[in-house]
Amino acid sequence: MYQYTEFDKAFVRARAAEHRDQLERWQAGQLSDEQFRPLRLQNGWYVQRYAPMLRVAVPYGEINAEQLQVLARIARDYDQPEPPLLAQAQATQDQLPGPAPLLRTQYGHFTTRQNVQFNWIPLARSADVMDLLASVNMHGIQTSGNCIRNTTTDELAGIAVDEVVDPRPYAELIRQWSTLHPEFAHLPRKFKIAITGAREDRAAIAWHDVGLQLLTNATGEVGFKVLVGGGMGRTPVNGSVIRVFLPWQEIMNYLEAVVRVYNRWGRRDNKYKARIKILVKAEGQRYIDEVETEYREILERDGGLHTIPQAELARVKVGFEPPPLNLPEAGSAQEAQWLAQAQAQVGIEAAKTPAFARWLAQNVKPHRVAGLRAVSLSFKRPGYAPGDATAEQLEAAATLVARYSAGQARVSHTQNLLLPWVRLDELHALWLEAKALGLAQPNIGLLTDMIACPGGDYCALANARSIPIASAITERYQDLDELHDLGHIDLHISGCINSCGHHHSGHIGILGVDKDGKEWYQVTLGGSDGKRLGGDATPGKVVGPSFSAIEVPDVIEALLETYQALRQPSSDGRQEAFIETLRRVGHEPFKAAANAARHPSTDAQTA
Amino acid sequence: MHILTAQEHQAQGQTGALLLANDVDPRTLDLSGVQRIDLQFPSFTDGRAYSQAFLLRRRLRFAGELRATGDVLIDQLLPMQRSGFDVAVLAEGVDASAARRQLERYAGFYQGSAAQAAPPFAHSA
Repeated sequence: MYQYTEFDKAFVRARAAEHRDQLERWQAGQLSDEQFRPLRLQNGWYVQRYAPMLRVAVPYGEINAEQLQVLARIARDYDQPEPPLLAQAQATQDQLPGPAPLLRTQYGHFTTRQNVQFNWIPLARSADVMDLLASVNMHGIQTSGNCIRNTTTDELAGIAVDEVVDPRPYAELIRQWSTLHPEFAHLPRKFKIAITGAREDRAAIAWHDVGLQLLTNATGEVGFKVLVGGGMGRTPVNGSVIRVFLPWQEIMNYLEAVVRVYNRWGRRDNKYKARIKILVKAEGQRYIDEVETEYREILERDGGLHTIPQAELARVKVGFEPPPLNLPEAGSAQEAQWLAQAQAQVGIEAAKTPAFARWLAQNVKPHRVAGLRAVSLSFKRPGYAPGDATAEQLEAAATLVARYSAGQARVSHTQNLLLPWVRLDELHALWLEAKALGLAQPNIGLLTDMIACPGGDYCALANARSIPIASAITERYQDLDELHDLGHIDLHISGCINSCGHHHSGHIGILGVDKDGKEWYQVTLGGSDGKRLGGDATPGKVVGPSFSAIEVPDVIEALLETYQALRQPSSDGRQEAFIETLRRVGHEPFKAAANAARHPSTDAQTA
Repeated sequence: MHILTAQEHQAQGQTGALLLANDVDPRTLDLSGVQRIDLQFPSFTDGRAYSQAFLLRRRLRFAGELRATGDVLIDQLLPMQRSGFDVAVLAEGVDASAARRQLERYAGFYQGSAAQAAPPFAHSA
């Protein structure tokens, strides 16, 4: 991980002090609610349906055990409202039609943008929480507001077998460049950057305001393919390539041009048309030309101040060296022997324990280092919203991370926690501990490893709840054989068109909509986040009029049965995945099945 | 950064000042003889004037006064200063007592800016 310098540490502490100052002025009436709002937002403090929400930045998802411990402490000691507020909230929930589970407190939530959220911390305690976060170099800087947000990346960055360039040092440089950028704190709308350095895009870069793909050119120099203007929301758009190869040294200068032109021309009259995607769509080549002109002027007339020196990249890279793991030297005879022994041991345990074998196949990924594996702890299990982690689970996860993964972990885009440095000979011990904690469901990449936003249970923007839909599907698909047979499916659920649950990019997407004050759900098919299996990033298409909450699990079941009936072995001999069958046969049979799953009574209601 | 009240700003008058709406490209202007440019924040969340200030200071080397006017609150003084403003007129009713400490809070920043041209890594390189 990047090692914070004294400068970095002092900066985060100063930011916490600034938040305290703003909070106190607001409490004293020197700042109005309207004036305080954008300030607190840029430190991650929202006010949601029932209570404030804090979004803690986890830059490009990298987090250490000590930080996880502090998050556990925040969950335990701060994520709790005054009892009357909770009682009032629960009473309101109980008025909702359909099942309304008890509201949980004292937990954290992993988000699709690799951050961590808390739902119940009283605003009056926010400054203490920021101080606590600063003690482990954490903060909420620019996790909300119309500014440059946390840069996200591949959960396997730096360890993936298909990686060309490790994106983390560049993500860190972009984090630094974008942090409190004086010119870009009040853009027309939020601005999200994603970066990948692998052949397979696990960072959904085409869905971001700026998507960056690291690559090397014919002479081996490192650079970026730059995409601009992707985004979800009401108008799903995939980013356009604006540069095929930008030398890495110039990324800050180039981003400055991209954002400055957006700051000037992005629409401010309508927040639904304010994202850069609308500008790029409307202006096309004119936008690109203006960025290129601006970039040239930054270099020629401003002196290219942010051209990154080799020494600066080298300084940042030091933090991303693999941690010491006491493995035999790579390529040595000792290593070969150690590997053979460890593999044999894992094989024996897998043969003895099918559950362990299944976990190995599903939750454990290959690693650049032969003796290591990347392991996902699954936070997708019955009884919890996707990505939720209680204080105890966060604490326990911190212990696992310290013991089995050199003290490092990643929050994944799919709302799980990935341990990137697990020794082959410790996989079984880790599995036993993860299983005891309920974090070893062998479902990574499968239907129940769904992405879902917090939805109407918590979010003030949502039109419908996500969590009851997620839990109904989770409960229906608990048979591991069945789940495994269904194979890889990206199921994404958003409670409103803001698309925090990325429904547009789901092979199956579910979108909560409000009709006459009631919750309804649109189902989309065939979206892709850009991973190879789903093909180029693309939004899914709606199957028909929206469904009631009660119908949704039946619709999912109908879609999956259609897939099981129509699938064929794919050309390489494995079973065709859901998205491949859908692409081959087209949407019609799936649409027909989904629409046939409507309940007669609700048909009558919508007619 | 010099901070003015709305009254002080009015009392000084507009002589020699160019008032620039925040959708005007400063590169299209003839700035010869201009001593002061008043840039505008119709709302403090409309950040276009930051880019104008940067372009005027850094790109066009404007050496006169850049004055922030409109919905100017004390928590925006720091980015204003860094973007090249040297005078700010606080919005009506804004209490200036907490302003100065907002400008002194940080020991340094990650980026170069109009006020301090080079980013930290350029100094150490």
